Amino acid sequence: MTITAWLFALPFVVLFLVFMAGPIVGSLLMSFTDMTTRDLQTPFQVNIVGIDNYVRLFQDPRFLRSLLNTFTFVIVAVPLTMVLALAVALALDKGIRRFRTVYRVGFYTPVVTSIVAIAIVWRFILQPDGLLNGFLGLFGIQGPDWLQSTTWALPSLIAMAVWRNIGTLMVIFLAALQGVPREHHEAAMVDGANAWQRFWNITLPAMRPALLFAAVITGIGFLQFFEEPFVMTRGGPLDSTLSAAMYTFQQFGFGNYAYASAASYVLFLAIVVLALIQFRLLGRKED
Amino acid sequence: MTAIAPTPVETTAGSDEIAPAGRRRTGSRWWLHVVLTLGLIAMLTPFAWMILGSFKTDAEIRRHPTEFLPREPTLDNFTTLFGRLDFTTFFINSIVVAVFVTVGNIVFCSMVGYALAKLQFRGKKLLFALVLGTLMVPGVVTFVPLFVLTANLGLVNSYPGLILPFLITPLGVFLMRQFMLGLPDELIEAARIDGASEWRIFLRVIMPLCGPAIATLTILTFLASWNNFLWPLVVATTEDMYTLPVALALYSVGQNAARYGLMMAGAVVVVVPVLIVFVVLQRHFVQGIALTGIK
Repeated sequence: MTITAWLFALPFVVLFLVFMAGPIVGSLLMSFTDMTTRDLQTPFQVNIVGIDNYVRLFQDPRFLRSLLNTFTFVIVAVPLTMVLALAVALALDKGIRRFRTVYRVGFYTPVVTSIVAIAIVWRFILQPDGLLNGFLGLFGIQGPDWLQSTTWALPSLIAMAVWRNIGTLMVIFLAALQGVPREHHEAAMVDGANAWQRFWNITLPAMRPALLFAAVITGIGFLQFFEEPFVMTRGGPLDSTLSAAMYTFQQFGFGNYAYASAASYVLFLAIVVLALIQFRLLGRKED
Repeated sequence: MTAIAPTPVETTAGSDEIAPAGRRRTGSRWWLHVVLTLGLIAMLTPFAWMILGSFKTDAEIRRHPTEFLPREPTLDNFTTLFGRLDFTTFFINSIVVAVFVTVGNIVFCSMVGYALAKLQFRGKKLLFALVLGTLMVPGVVTFVPLFVLTANLGLVNSYPGLILPFLITPLGVFLMRQFMLGLPDELIEAARIDGASEWRIFLRVIMPLCGPAIATLTILTFLASWNNFLWPLVVATTEDMYTLPVALALYSVGQNAARYGLMMAGAVVVVVPVLIVFVVLQRHFVQGIALTGIK
């Protein structure tokens, strides 16, 4: 039986070891070497340099800037996405009956589409002479050159990321809301609790696992944001939208493989830490 | 990595029918419709702008005051894409990669999913822990060594190079296992008593019952492959191997950067097929999320 079972698992195991587990370990090992594009054909003849790459990373103001941008992105975009998605989910779950499918499909549409394509469309919308400023002009507001402004470029990318991810969390929250026992609400209503009290004391606690899950997947996704700056700003202006993933990719492009690996591992650790923190924070009141 | 194991959402989402009804009066909630409709407009305007823009000239897109409908609709953008630029090739590349990736996932994820759901064997826990642990390992962590590996296998700028790393996904394994866990063991035991081999049981008993899970897996995998960007960007080094998102991204930051209409048309070619499939099959998307808790 064991042999048969492993035969079923064999293709997965082989592909997994070669294309997933291997590179995860490989990335860590590479980050302690001085591998560059010249060592591509002889990857085992590189020098071990210890933690030099990591030391250099944390002395590079551009990398530190990219980390700051990435954390800002996550810290602003995750709560914003969650709050908006929760509001939409609550409205769809409780408030209305008609057109529910239309709303759900509409809000979910950005999720299924290519970020690259969407980023291009948004880039044109955010041009100085684009759709958004045209719209603001109707109210007499002179909009800035969103993507060329060191003030507005990162918020613009955040807005787009929120817009794009509301749908995912909306569906997760909708499913969770349907798991909230109706009897609890009815009991609370008998006790005279208003809608707001019921939301805080019944709905929200019951949704804790879904909220945790949503925070983790959105946080992990946003920590890797890459396509948006690649297409919309190239990381500029003045590195104000340079993300950690984008920095890694640039270093890879320069042929600094080991250095890029070190940068990607810092990001990886950040992802692990973020997931742990979120489990701690949201998983706390388990009693 | 942290295991994001137990899915919090086991209920079938998207069931308008079970919604609490009766005690609510829709009429009193008109303002919710207003807010939701405004939200919907914010969600869909970029798509409308993209589709309409793809039929406009650049001058018309930039015109002030802004006009939504094209005054003189033109197909020039599309003829340029498929004529002067090589979007036919990119389209075919995207299809070929997505088809192989999807078929690979259906076959391999189902096999290991079956073992994990229905067979008892040594090492099962370890195997499942590996699946869960890598559910969320980001591509940005693995792409550098993966590129070195691919280069040494001589697969850079080739279909196998684009396809092989994605033939299995931990998410797919998780999805198939979750679904198969719900299938009754009696079926398998009955087949075993009849003397059927495990392979026969898998092919003749289990797989025919996995229709919904396979449908979901197909949609999710095809879509993920179609929209995939980082790895194709790394491994496709000449234009003839570009997939659609790679071509679009590189053109959009290259010499065609300011060609609004052309880029909008490119975005349409990437997005609209997906939109059509999504609207037709939207229930399966929602089921996929409900089944795995992940998009």
